[in-house]
Amino acid sequence: MTRMLLTGNAAAAWAARLAVADYIPAFPITPQTEIIESLANWIDNGEMDARLVTLESEHSMITAAGAAAATGIRVYSATSSQGLLYAMEMLYTVAGWRAPFVLTNVSRGLSSPITLESDHNDIVAARDCGFLQIHCSSCQEVLDNTLMAFRLAEDARIRLPVIVNLDGFYLSFTREPVELPDADKCRQFVGQYDAQNMLFRASRPTSQAVAVLGGSPYSYFRYETHLAAQNGLSVYEDVATDFEQHFGRHYDVLEAYKTEDAEIVFVIMGSYSSKAKDAVNSLRDAGQKAGLLRPRLLRPFPAKHFQQALKDVKAVAVIDQNISTGMGGVLHTELSAALYGQTQAPQLIASYMGGLGGRDISSEEFFEMAKEVSNAVKKNQPLAPRLLYTETELRELRKLQAVAHVERQQLHNSRQQTKKGGAIK
Amino acid sequence: MTEAAVGFYRRMKDLPSTHLLGTGTAMCAGCGGLEALHEIYDIIGDKSIFVNAAGCMTLLSVYPFTPFRGSWLYTAMASAPAGAQGVRDALDILKAKKQITDDEDMQVVVLTGDGSAYGMGLSATSGAMERDLDFLYICYDNEGYGNTGQQYSGATPHAAKTSTSKGARGFAGFKKDLFSIWAAHQPAYVATVIGAEPLDLAKKIEKARSLKGPRMIIALSPCPTGWDYDPKETVNIGKLAVKTGVWPLKEYINGKVVHTKIPRQRQPLEDYLKCQGRYKHLFEPQRNEVMLNQLQQKIDQYWDNING
Repeated sequence: MTRMLLTGNAAAAWAARLAVADYIPAFPITPQTEIIESLANWIDNGEMDARLVTLESEHSMITAAGAAAATGIRVYSATSSQGLLYAMEMLYTVAGWRAPFVLTNVSRGLSSPITLESDHNDIVAARDCGFLQIHCSSCQEVLDNTLMAFRLAEDARIRLPVIVNLDGFYLSFTREPVELPDADKCRQFVGQYDAQNMLFRASRPTSQAVAVLGGSPYSYFRYETHLAAQNGLSVYEDVATDFEQHFGRHYDVLEAYKTEDAEIVFVIMGSYSSKAKDAVNSLRDAGQKAGLLRPRLLRPFPAKHFQQALKDVKAVAVIDQNISTGMGGVLHTELSAALYGQTQAPQLIASYMGGLGGRDISSEEFFEMAKEVSNAVKKNQPLAPRLLYTETELRELRKLQAVAHVERQQLHNSRQQTKKGGAIK
Repeated sequence: MTEAAVGFYRRMKDLPSTHLLGTGTAMCAGCGGLEALHEIYDIIGDKSIFVNAAGCMTLLSVYPFTPFRGSWLYTAMASAPAGAQGVRDALDILKAKKQITDDEDMQVVVLTGDGSAYGMGLSATSGAMERDLDFLYICYDNEGYGNTGQQYSGATPHAAKTSTSKGARGFAGFKKDLFSIWAAHQPAYVATVIGAEPLDLAKKIEKARSLKGPRMIIALSPCPTGWDYDPKETVNIGKLAVKTGVWPLKEYINGKVVHTKIPRQRQPLEDYLKCQGRYKHLFEPQRNEVMLNQLQQKIDQYWDNING
């Protein structure tokens, strides 16, 4: 076991190498590029026995990934943001094939406006496609959970592709100390790829992904996929137990931080949970019993885990780093659905949206949220969803707009004068 | 390419007398695409995997039945060549790692209509050729989005009536020259075929089968429902497409284009147009002499360039 400084991207690449992936269909996109560059270099230098092929789009990349997995080899790929959306048709398609492989998504806000920085609208857009989703908050977790993802995808009870999500910049380009597990131990943990009943061979003609006529066979296969995905929670727990036995680190489906006696619990996904944990500590120092829940699995959704963890908690503040336009935070909606009608459910499930396009969520904002939620609970009042944005931010943006407007007006005026003044020299 | 490798199909009687592809599929009566596929499959054989894009032929394999003796993978409309890439690479990896023997290998065949080949799938096809993917691509070209009711596609010929060009002038655009677009990538092989000329088709598929790299086939596929004619006329219309010079039978290999069947005495184009409902507006209520001349001139120009 070696400890080294690794970015989230490097951690993901290392996991694919340690899992002995056979095939990497690729397409470059920021901020994921480092993953495929690392893998390409290792392959070129003979440090990794795999084949990397750059396709002409993510749509093709996912098609090739699914087709290769359906032929019976271990496949890994990575994408981000626009790439994930460009591949969307194929995400649904290859999940329907029940092709097990692992895809890293480096979360990045979606166009428009175009940005390179992180939020979760890309990954939540893929929530219904049939891929399982693991969300990471540290580089170590990226490495470990990518290894675990291969086990999860390939498990006979699941047989579905898995996305491991890490936040662009905050994890992708941040170096953290990461324990690099021993290669032989990883090989032993992940195991040889077992194609089970999914392979194409000359001696064993097979038809995959054929058309169905009517709703009955269609429903049958869709339900099968749903039921398999739901097995993900217990299989993840099995895999996590085995992982702990191998490597000593444990991962829960739902991470709980100081929730035992908490009166207010923040719920947040991904790397911003580090900011939230920091805020929880400060709030506790200030005398407020705060805690944090972070779903590591978004699909399947750990509804029962949430119900259990939030028993007797008065208030929940869900912070969504995404917006379902015209509705609100996706995690808030899902958690509310999971808690609705539960006895001992929290009195208040407040919704905050923030951290879009890499925007920070400051400690003050966590304090403000805690205050607002506590007051609402005391007064037994509902709380409307809030969009995190400070007055200073708004003033700065308006200032920029004003400057641009003045510049534009001046340019326009000088053009008018040139016209009046006759021909341009 | 040695002559010996292509020498098997010299006469009509060399062609297989029974078909490998099963019957009773959902294709329309008189489907020119299915006619070509039957002939092609006889030569490719069952050691193959057909990677399919959305189109008419997607309905060949309907759960839980298939007419194919070999394997099948449906992908999506745009990315069948990428599916072929995944399968080909996986088989190569398995062979290299000695996890399968050579006799478990298969011909990887992409099967798409013109909607995919001429349009949505062109980028994926270009990518596959650029990567020198070892695969066979078969486009059954019925000159429109046939499976959805024959709306015009990038393969629709000028003036043809389609569900989205019902006006008096028919389709305003011109058929895209996919053969040249493909050939510009300098793949191992490009050929046009038609089911109505089975010997020419057999020779080309046999040649394609013996080569490595991208081998690209466009089969003009007369379509009774889309072109509006009696299903029994499929073979006749196919033969007319060749005799009138509408569908030049040719191949690209080693940087050269060779015409494999040059109609020395070309029949007037009218003979081909008249028997299809999609061109009826050129003859009724009155003859559109200007348009008919234009269409004939275009054919003549093509062959003038070929024949020098």
